[in-house]
Amino acid sequence: MASMRDIKRRRDSIQSTEQITKAMKLVSTVKLQKSKSKAEASKPYFNLMYQTISSILGKSENLDHKYLRPGTSTKKAVVAITSNRGLAGGYNNNIVKLINSELPAGDTMVYAIGRKGRDGLQRKGYEIKADYSEVINEPLYRDAADLTLELLDGFARGEIGEIYLAYTSFKNTVTHIPKLIKLLPVEIEAGGQAEGKAHALMTYEPEEEEVLDSIVPKYMSSLIYGALLEAVASENGARMTAMDSATSNAEEMIEALSLQYNRARQGAITQELTEIVAGANAIS
Amino acid sequence: MAEMFKLQIVTPERVFYEGDASMVELSTTEGDIGVYANHIPMTAIVAPGILKIHEGAEVKKAALHAGFIEVLPQEVTIMAEVIEWPDEIDIKRADEARIRAERRLKDNSAENDVLRAKLALRRALTRLSARQ
Repeated sequence: MASMRDIKRRRDSIQSTEQITKAMKLVSTVKLQKSKSKAEASKPYFNLMYQTISSILGKSENLDHKYLRPGTSTKKAVVAITSNRGLAGGYNNNIVKLINSELPAGDTMVYAIGRKGRDGLQRKGYEIKADYSEVINEPLYRDAADLTLELLDGFARGEIGEIYLAYTSFKNTVTHIPKLIKLLPVEIEAGGQAEGKAHALMTYEPEEEEVLDSIVPKYMSSLIYGALLEAVASENGARMTAMDSATSNAEEMIEALSLQYNRARQGAITQELTEIVAGANAIS
Repeated sequence: MAEMFKLQIVTPERVFYEGDASMVELSTTEGDIGVYANHIPMTAIVAPGILKIHEGAEVKKAALHAGFIEVLPQEVTIMAEVIEWPDEIDIKRADEARIRAERRLKDNSAENDVLRAKLALRRALTRLSARQ
C-alpha cells in the first residue's frame, strides 16, 4: 500500500492540473462565444455566394470553362485548416486522418494553416507546399483571398489538377464535423438551390467566361474564409469539451485518492495505537 | 414614384445593407450603370467607385471597391468584398494614400508597381469622393 505521503503528493499534483484545465476551459468558453458569433456573421455572404454561383451555373448550361474542368496535372492540393495549439481532443488528429484516408500522400501537396496539422501531415509523408499557420490566430478575408490567388496560380501553371479544402465544420458547441470539400474544379449539385430563379435567362457583362474568371476566385476565397472562421469556432468548442472532461476526470481521481489517503491515515493511527497498547502491556 | 425592389449588400464579415430601393447606381468593369426594378437578369463585375442607393428621395452613398452584382427583376444582390460607408472612411489616410500613389506613378519603375499604384490611387480617389 502506498504511503500517506505518496498519496498526498499525487493528489496535490492532480489538483494543480485540475486548476489548469479548469482555467483553460473558461478561456476557451469565452473565445468560443466570440468566434461563434463571427462565424455566424459570415454565413449570409457564404450562402448567397453559393446561391449565386449555382444559379449562374444552373442558368447557363454547357459552360466550358477552365475552372469547371480538372487541370492537366494529377497532383492535388489540399488546404488543411487545423490549430496552432493542442489540448483540443481529437480536433487536429481528425483532420489529419481524414486527409490521409481520402488523399494519398504521394501526389498531394499541403497548404497548411495551423501548425498541428502541418506537423501531423509531415510525419505521414505529405509534401508541405506552404505554411500559413499565423493566419489561424486572427483570420482575415485578405488572407483567404491571398491564398486563393496562390492556389489559382498553381492551377493555371498546371502544377495542380484539383484543389481541396479540409476543415472542421461547426454544427453546434459540442458537434464538430471534419469535412473535405472540393474547391476546384467547381462542382455544384444540379437543381436544388438554383431552381427558384432558374427560369430567367442571365445576361453577363462582360462575357460569361470573364465573369466566371472573376467570380470563381471570390467564391473560393469566401469558402476558405468561412472555413477558417468555422474552424476557429470548432477548435475552441473542441478544447472546451476536452478540458471539461479532463476537469471531471481530475475530480474523480481526487475523490478516489482522498478516500485512499484517509484509509491510510486511519490505518497508521490504528497501528500506532496497537503498538502503544502492546508496549504498555509488555511493561506491566 | 418608382417601383421599389429588394436590395441586399453582403460582405464576408457582415450583412452591410438590406432593404428596399428604387434605384442603385454603381460602376462595373463595363461602365457605370443604374438599375431600376424589372431590370433584365444580369451579372456584372464591380469596378471601384461610388455606390448610390436611392430610396425614393433619399440617397445613400458608399465606397464600393470590389465584388460583383447579381440583378434579378425584383431583387438586386451585391456581393462586396470591400465596401465602406462614408463615415467609416479615414479621410486623412485616404488622402495620404492618394499622394503616395501619385508619387509612385510619377517615377515610373517596374510594370507591376505601376499597376498596383494605379489601383491604390483609384481606391483612394473613390474613398475621397465618397466623403464629399
